[in-house]
Amino acid sequence: MNLDSRFAALSDPTRRAILARLALGEATVMELAEPFPMSQPAVSRHLRVLEEAGLITRRVEGAKRPCRLAPEGLTELEQWLGKLRVALEANYARLDAILAEEKENL
Amino acid sequence: MSKLELRTEGDLHVVVTRRFAAPPEAIYRAHTEAAILQKWLLGPDGWTMPVCISEAWPGGRIRYEWSDGKGAGFYLTGEYKVLEPFSRIVHVERMHLPDATPDNEVETRFEADGTGTLMVMRMTLPDGKTREAMLATGMEYGMEASYARLEGCLE
Repeated sequence: MNLDSRFAALSDPTRRAILARLALGEATVMELAEPFPMSQPAVSRHLRVLEEAGLITRRVEGAKRPCRLAPEGLTELEQWLGKLRVALEANYARLDAILAEEKENL
Repeated sequence: MSKLELRTEGDLHVVVTRRFAAPPEAIYRAHTEAAILQKWLLGPDGWTMPVCISEAWPGGRIRYEWSDGKGAGFYLTGEYKVLEPFSRIVHVERMHLPDATPDNEVETRFEADGTGTLMVMRMTLPDGKTREAMLATGMEYGMEASYARLEGCLE
């Protein structure tokens, strides 16, 4: 599994939120879709991307296919890079606000 | 959609790409002028940068000191190597946790992109031991606050 497909999968805020939810435990598509303003098929597409990137696994339980985090899903390096990304996003969001403010003052 | 792209280049480098809605001159200044750096290069909510030295000439010193206001803090030192206003900066930096991490050479490029700027920053990937030390600061590069916000969104 290469890092690029993992990062492509992690680049989307909905998919990161899904992973954050799964960190709390296994969940069905319906449960995962609940907090998002999107349809279940749209959430299923995100789940497929996460599954193909090796970040989640799904098992069959009757008509349901509950999802859980893949235990070997994220290496230490990937977790560190994920945290670096979140830190940079926080800093650059602040910089965006400063730039917008300066523009108004011109 | 996130505007930030982060990818690894081989085993040794991390390349970060980000677009900004201001011309290269403004972004370059935001990366070199202490008074502006102190407003945004902060990590998690609640942290500040009480000391910021940025001598923006070749060989000039860099020193950033961060504080959480509750007694925790750490600092970073470095030197500027190349400054090409308003398109390119090369500098080295190391964090003091309190032991100095290995030198990280960072190249930051700013390219005009319509009315905005495309920034490409290429830095050295720290080794496993250094990453562990960085996470152990408690600042954790700003992510805990953001993860908490993310979890808040899910409730």
